[in-house]
Amino acid sequence: MLQAVLLLAACVARHAFALDSNTSIFSPAATPAKASYDLSLFVLTITGGIFVTVGSLIVYAAVRFRRRPDDDGSEPPQIFGSNQIELSWTIIPVLIVVVMFLATARMIFAIQDAPEPPSALDVTVIGHQFWWEFRYPAQHITTANELHIPVSDTSTSRPTFMKLTSADVIHSFWVPRLSGKIDLLPNRINEMWIDPHTPGLYVGQCAQFCGVQHAKMLLRVYVDTPAQFAAWVKQEQQPGAQDPAVAAGRHDFETQACMNCHTIAGTPARGQFGPDLTHLASRKTIASGAADNTTENLERWIDNPDLIKTGSLMPAMHLTTDQVHDITAYLNTLQ
Amino acid sequence: MAGSSIPVPGGLGATGVTDAEAEGTWLEVLHSWVVTADHKKLGIMYVLYALFFLAVGGIEALIIRIQLFFPDNHFVSAETFNRMFTMHGTTMIFFVAMPLVFGFGNYLVPLMLGARDMAFPRLNAFSFWMSAFGGLLLYYSFIGGVGLQGAGSAPDVGWWAYSPLTARAFSRGHSTDYWALSLIVSGFGSIGVAINFIATAFCMRCKGMTLFRMPLLPWLYVVMSGLVILAVSPLTAAQVMLTIDRYLGGHFFDTQAGGSALIWAHFFWIFGHPEVYVLVMPAFAIMNEVIPVFSRKAIFGYPAMVAASVAIGFVSLGVWAHHMFTIGMTSIGNAFFVLSTMLVGIPTGIKIFNWIATMWGGKIRYTTAMLFCVGFLLQFLIAGLTGIILSVEPFNLQLHNSYFVIAHFHYVIVGGILFAIFGGIYYWFPKVTGRMLDERLGKWNFWLFVIGFHVCFDVMHVPGVLGMPRSIYTYEADRGWTTLNQIVSVGAAIQGIAIAILVYNIIHSCLKGAVAGPDPWDAWTLEWTTSSPPPPYNFAIEPVVRSRRPLWDLKHPNDPDEPVEEGMSYSGRMPPS
Repeated sequence: MLQAVLLLAACVARHAFALDSNTSIFSPAATPAKASYDLSLFVLTITGGIFVTVGSLIVYAAVRFRRRPDDDGSEPPQIFGSNQIELSWTIIPVLIVVVMFLATARMIFAIQDAPEPPSALDVTVIGHQFWWEFRYPAQHITTANELHIPVSDTSTSRPTFMKLTSADVIHSFWVPRLSGKIDLLPNRINEMWIDPHTPGLYVGQCAQFCGVQHAKMLLRVYVDTPAQFAAWVKQEQQPGAQDPAVAAGRHDFETQACMNCHTIAGTPARGQFGPDLTHLASRKTIASGAADNTTENLERWIDNPDLIKTGSLMPAMHLTTDQVHDITAYLNTLQ
Repeated sequence: MAGSSIPVPGGLGATGVTDAEAEGTWLEVLHSWVVTADHKKLGIMYVLYALFFLAVGGIEALIIRIQLFFPDNHFVSAETFNRMFTMHGTTMIFFVAMPLVFGFGNYLVPLMLGARDMAFPRLNAFSFWMSAFGGLLLYYSFIGGVGLQGAGSAPDVGWWAYSPLTARAFSRGHSTDYWALSLIVSGFGSIGVAINFIATAFCMRCKGMTLFRMPLLPWLYVVMSGLVILAVSPLTAAQVMLTIDRYLGGHFFDTQAGGSALIWAHFFWIFGHPEVYVLVMPAFAIMNEVIPVFSRKAIFGYPAMVAASVAIGFVSLGVWAHHMFTIGMTSIGNAFFVLSTMLVGIPTGIKIFNWIATMWGGKIRYTTAMLFCVGFLLQFLIAGLTGIILSVEPFNLQLHNSYFVIAHFHYVIVGGILFAIFGGIYYWFPKVTGRMLDERLGKWNFWLFVIGFHVCFDVMHVPGVLGMPRSIYTYEADRGWTTLNQIVSVGAAIQGIAIAILVYNIIHSCLKGAVAGPDPWDAWTLEWTTSSPPPPYNFAIEPVVRSRRPLWDLKHPNDPDEPVEEGMSYSGRMPPS
């Protein structure tokens, strides 16, 4: 019943209201999310059965034993208990708990303790207020907010194994269609793995309150075909583009405070506090998904970050309009 | 029903002592309340204090719901929203739910034990004023929280206040200090009142009332008090450590100096999970008193109810890390907390079955109080089942910190605990004020609250399933959460109206309600043997009891209550057919 209600509600939300959610935990696209989904159906069936049984008993007792208008005012027979009945409704729940626990424990060990295959891709995820840093240690790539990983289907199994930590406060990595969430803690490394079966974009967001802009700490995971992924890696390994046409913007970037926080590989900018901008122009969004990566948004963002994401840790640098314009032009060349 | 107050051998009943404090000037009356050590007055003050903060926390909830009505809404800023949900959670747990259950216990435990007051009346007054001062400290943060660095006003770190977000580096100003101090202060009050409940139940029972003739309500308050002592102490210790971190350069939770973020989470949930049972034990206690009276039957399986309560108390101390499945424990650790959490369902199930069995074969009178109890049963059943769902670790990794969890614990706290408390208010209001609450307004109150509750919290599960995390001040329009959030907000508003009706009903009935008499519900426990409201010191002559339901025995001399010898004797007998 509960299962039916939940699934029905999810369906209603999707179809009747013509809504669509790309973050539903009931449309899994990778093994950990699928395992959780399968187990959820099992548990929802059991709890649904309990709900129907016990709920019916409550409703039946409440309706059947109401005092009737023609009641004679006498008290009903007093019953103080029954060892047999009470024993039965103790033992049956014990059996249910044993079954559910064993099913759950089996799944915990299968997912959490899965060994890492040699073909796996390693990614280090570092949470920041309020953005995501992704490092690919074997590929020597650093990027931000938009994670690219290869598809892992039956023809090529290449799961992604992630080590997660935080630079400041606790965050949580949650892309519902790929996996359950795992927290990112400072001074601690957590692990999770995903193996998306179909290419595409999967979205999610930080799931542990981490400060003012927790709500705008969005996550995008691009699952690429092996060829796309190889091309992306190759591109990301290049240093930042050096287009003479935007030399003024680059000069501004390297002489203002920008480079204190941001890295652009191949230039003197090696700041670590903010996202790596070496290939900013190849990203679809800025400010951790808070806005599309358009020239207009980028200018507003550089001019005054609070216009897009109040409370983000990037300060407004009080640049002139020309400087904003030039820096934006420079960043737009960083493919 | 009316006039069923029966003469009680042994001198139980109204003493004829007039309420001296009712006379005198306004200032003298106020003074008498401030300096009182009377458990009844303190109980009333606890409840009024909680109802005041219920309104405050409710307004905060409505602000949250207005903000979430549209995606990318700008009703309040991100900072304000974060303050609102932090204050809403902290207020509702520490300054609504806790004082409500303490207030009920304060008023009822001595009366049901046939005692003249709590074991330590002055400690009792001290505990109340500490709790009250804690609430004031928390709200003073709106004024005093700004601090020198201007990053202040009310706390905005979430009511769980995970470190290191509470470290000075991430939370400037004094708002977090006010939060920590208010919980330290009110924590002392909670521990004081818990010691008092235990001492009262063990030492102040009237003649003939063995532990197994004690009504279930004091029993559950004993279990609750044990949990308060074991759970609030670590919280208080954690707050002290946090304050040391923030003011004296300690590094308990300061990750930038090698402290541990994880250890705060453990401290918090070692408090936080038993806290749920601290609140739900009194709700169970109210069920145990109200359901039998309106079903006209003795509670089914009294010893099992006591055993289940004690079992829940013990098991609930070993489940805290199910709030932390995502924090990165070992697979063995995760499996352990799955099992311990599922085990809580067994004694809880026993309780639900016993309440159904109590209603079974009865003649149920649907007063407002009983309606709230039936609402509790159905809603607590669902809350318990979503709790079992959440205990399944692989599924929990998806649901944790999503709106599904928010819906689940509001189901427990509103659909369970608050429904029980409201039932308790309708049931004992005549005893406390001597006047009946209006039943017609009561029905409006109940049905609006039921409708609002289900519109709000049933629907709230769905955005969680669709990936909506908690604590977000706004959400993306393309996620499909908008309509659901709007329905939830409408439900919240309906509940607001229902609670306004309750407040109106309380004020209206205090002044103009029908006179109740000592025993308006034809009930069976000792509080109904004395006048309404009870005189100072409750009983002119100490009552003597020979069973769990002394008034039943008096009203039905030919069909006495189940005999209980000294100690436990449980025959499990059925009535002669």
